[in-house]
Amino acid sequence: MLRAALPLLGLPLAGAGATEKPTQEPGSPGEPPPGLALFRWQWHEVEAPYLVALWILVASLAKIVFHLSRKVTSLVPESCLLILLGLALGGIVLAVAKKAEYQLEPGTFFLFLLPPIVLDSGYFMPSRLFFDNLGAILTYAVVGTLWNAFTTGAALWGLQQAGLVAPRVQAGLLDFLLFGSLISAVDPVAVLAVFEEVHVNETLFIIVFGESLLNDAVTVVLYKVCNSFVEMGSANVRATDYLKGVASLFVVSLGGAAVGLVFAFLLALTTRFTKRVRIIEPLLVFLLAYAAYLTAEMASLSAILAVTMCGLGCKKYVEANISHKSRTAVKYTMKTLASCAETVIFMLLGISAVDSSKWAWDSGLVLGTLFFILFFRALGVVLQTWVLNQFRLVPLDKIDQVVMSYGGLRGAVAFALVILLDRTKVPAKDYFVATTIVVVFFTVIVQGLTIKPLVKWLKVKRSEHHKPTLNQELHEHTFDHILAAVEDVVGHHGYHYWRDRWEQFDKKYLSQLLMRRSAYRIRDQIWDVYYRLNIRDAISFVDQGGHVLSSTGLTLPSMPSRNSMAETSVTNLLRESGSGACLDLQVIDTVRSGRDREDAAMHHLLCGGLYKPRRRKDGVANTEATNGKPPRDLGFHDTAAVILTVESEEEEDSDSSETEKEDDEGIIFVARATSEVLQEGKASGSLEVCPSPRIIPPSPTCAEKELPWKSGQGDLAVYVSSETTKIVPVDMQTGWNQSISSLESLASPPCTQAPTMTRLPPRPRAPEEPQVPLKLPLSSDPHSCFAFPPSLAKAGRSRSESSADIPQQQELQPLMGHKDHTHLSPGTANSHWCIHFNKGGRL
Amino acid sequence: MGSRSSHAAKIPDVDSIRRETGFSQASLLRLYHRFRALDRTGKGYLSRLDLQQIEALAVNPLGDRIIDSFFPDGSLRLDFPGFVRVLAHFRPVDEEEDGNRDPKEPEPLNSRMNKLRFAFQLYDLDRDGKISRHEMLQVLRLMVGVQVTEEQLESIADRTVQEADEDGDGAVSFLEFTKSLEKMNIEQKMSIRILK
Repeated sequence: MLRAALPLLGLPLAGAGATEKPTQEPGSPGEPPPGLALFRWQWHEVEAPYLVALWILVASLAKIVFHLSRKVTSLVPESCLLILLGLALGGIVLAVAKKAEYQLEPGTFFLFLLPPIVLDSGYFMPSRLFFDNLGAILTYAVVGTLWNAFTTGAALWGLQQAGLVAPRVQAGLLDFLLFGSLISAVDPVAVLAVFEEVHVNETLFIIVFGESLLNDAVTVVLYKVCNSFVEMGSANVRATDYLKGVASLFVVSLGGAAVGLVFAFLLALTTRFTKRVRIIEPLLVFLLAYAAYLTAEMASLSAILAVTMCGLGCKKYVEANISHKSRTAVKYTMKTLASCAETVIFMLLGISAVDSSKWAWDSGLVLGTLFFILFFRALGVVLQTWVLNQFRLVPLDKIDQVVMSYGGLRGAVAFALVILLDRTKVPAKDYFVATTIVVVFFTVIVQGLTIKPLVKWLKVKRSEHHKPTLNQELHEHTFDHILAAVEDVVGHHGYHYWRDRWEQFDKKYLSQLLMRRSAYRIRDQIWDVYYRLNIRDAISFVDQGGHVLSSTGLTLPSMPSRNSMAETSVTNLLRESGSGACLDLQVIDTVRSGRDREDAAMHHLLCGGLYKPRRRKDGVANTEATNGKPPRDLGFHDTAAVILTVESEEEEDSDSSETEKEDDEGIIFVARATSEVLQEGKASGSLEVCPSPRIIPPSPTCAEKELPWKSGQGDLAVYVSSETTKIVPVDMQTGWNQSISSLESLASPPCTQAPTMTRLPPRPRAPEEPQVPLKLPLSSDPHSCFAFPPSLAKAGRSRSESSADIPQQQELQPLMGHKDHTHLSPGTANSHWCIHFNKGGRL
Repeated sequence: MGSRSSHAAKIPDVDSIRRETGFSQASLLRLYHRFRALDRTGKGYLSRLDLQQIEALAVNPLGDRIIDSFFPDGSLRLDFPGFVRVLAHFRPVDEEEDGNRDPKEPEPLNSRMNKLRFAFQLYDLDRDGKISRHEMLQVLRLMVGVQVTEEQLESIADRTVQEADEDGDGAVSFLEFTKSLEKMNIEQKMSIRILK
């Protein structure tokens, strides 16, 4: 595998050698200019960025190669492979260039490589879990790191005093403490790289990983304090300096956290106002987080802590404010950057180790350090856990402690810090560098390799991933409230009490301030889960669409005559009667926007297929029918539509006023009773089983007046023309995909007409009547919704084909328009969609 | 009211209470002091009003229901054993103790089942052993902010009930309730550390 990446390495080097000459020639002053060059190398102008890009490319390609074999990556963590690759590459560089190049520079590392990783981990930190275990994390991060630093440093000094370290290692107690402080910190990059592949349970992961993030402050302080003490010389250190050292711990950690929170606040506040410039939302996230990092670094505060807190603090509000697309963009960019940085770090670590000019080997020191860091880590964990368990509801058992001790991986932070040492002040620097490299390699490679088998062997509780069900979400909230209440009754202001307080504060002030009004309203977790479940169902339906369509032998007891009905349904008729494109070019002028059209389509999809839970029994029957496909989720497929309120986030952008009204604007889609034609074709048998759609008459919103498909009373001519604007379905597959993504992107806030709506009876069957006749005098039967869509019934149709029906239907409508307007009313279009997805729900 | 002596002997029936609830001596004493403090007028029992006076409880969306669960069967007085009995549901589960338990004895109050039952009866207002759609809706109305409309609440309630409802009776029985929470670590979630 390594061989595959080798030729790539040659490229920059060979290129560098070959191009140097031509670029120098024109620069020589004496010669006349050679005229217009047809071809000119300008290697030097692009060298630096070119090399950076190439290195990242090499690292990425190596990653691809590693993952070609699943066996290798399941056994060996990627970080190990990358380090080994780095070693090999470093060897080649050394052989070719006769000097070690392209090493991990501390400046590059701290300013460019580390921030994305920390931001990624802070932003995607499961905050609930993090705060649930904050006590333990802080203990291990602060006490543990101090303990490790001092014991390791002191023990090494003792080792030297005992004569086990060669006398050429010139180091005093302070030097060893300095070394101890940089070698003792568990490294977030290494921990993340290894633990992400191990999948231990969340508590264990968050403790080890949280520790590795938060100990940065301690490491930075210890390192700086020790370093300045070493530089001052131990004789000049006064008692006040020690006090200052302790004080700086608080300044650095709290200051770093404060910087992070300030930037998180700014970030959240900024994204509140990006409504019209959605495109810069992802950029803002990165810029402000990076600014937090640099600001903290500038003030010599803990930059890692700052960026972690920034990510942790802003996420809730930012996610609520930015559009769905921005959210995806942020997520992917962050993951890409972090993964890229991580890859490069490990590879450069490997390359840097080759440089023997920095090395000075001392077996005593190396072995002693290895032993001490392992031993004191384990001892520290055991001692701290013992204390912590006195206060923990769920004690950390022995197995957890073993994994925690063993998972204390050291990494690039230690390496970068040791490189930063000043050789004139710390004469033993070379020995420390060598030792650090060995320690980092040992922990990443040996421990990284063995931790997976160890976890398996010890039967450490693994993490279980399951999406929350509505019940779990709801009951979990109940539990939180119960516990908070019981704490109140008992009169103990414990964790639940403070969380309750915080949540109330957040709801009352912070969220109001930092979230858009429209976003703020929908921030309810239960609603979120509900909404997500619906989206998932819809997507799963769309995913399964192709299979469903091809299965002719569907056995749905509830819908006995579906096929026959499908054949006679109106969509089919429409499609067959008019197979040509719409020739009325005038309709193009009425194009509102492509998005509107797609969204409208998806809204109908959703409204038709989702939201109304279906009987479990039906679910079982239906899922069995889906071509032997394992049921995605029993009992979640819904049949009838109820209501879907959609905040049309993006399409609202064109609106000019920033009023609350606009913010609140929502589109309410109602499962409408549909056309007579469908009703005729529909089997009566379907009525008993399928719950009839609950129809809620929406109070007219802006959207309703604005948007064509909402124009209840609007003249049909306008309606038809605007409904048929999509004349040429460009590429069906992409169109379909876009629809899906737009479906995902629809934030669906509770509708604002709450007061008027709540006054209605819970199942207002009757109120539907006044609505429908406005458009369709004939379509008073609400059940017609369950007629079967022809496009779906077509056996053997592929998904993309079936999706092609949609625009066709729309495009054909003008052709039909002159015949019968009633059939072309919005109800008709809607009904197709309803059907479409009703069926989806069932399958 | 009562001296702050650290002696548990002051508590009436201390031994039987301990046996029933499994609380430690110290916890009982602490709860006793709390009980006495809540009982402002020194009447020897707590009334609903006493609990409603707790400030934070007043803003808890489930506060009223939780207060109700302290007063089973419509009683108006809460004596100390009753007080402790309710709180005993939230005692952390002690695994050792669990192992030594005599199988013939009734399940301790802090068992998983009893913890769940406590939560269940917060939903089940009419005590028919089932959470109906209506009852679910009521809880949702308390828990979900005003910003969600009634219709949306209803669809959530529908879906929640359907999700858990296995026998298709349109309501969630206790069995179905426990099943829907199978994967959750109730012993951990429904425990408060200080109530040892």
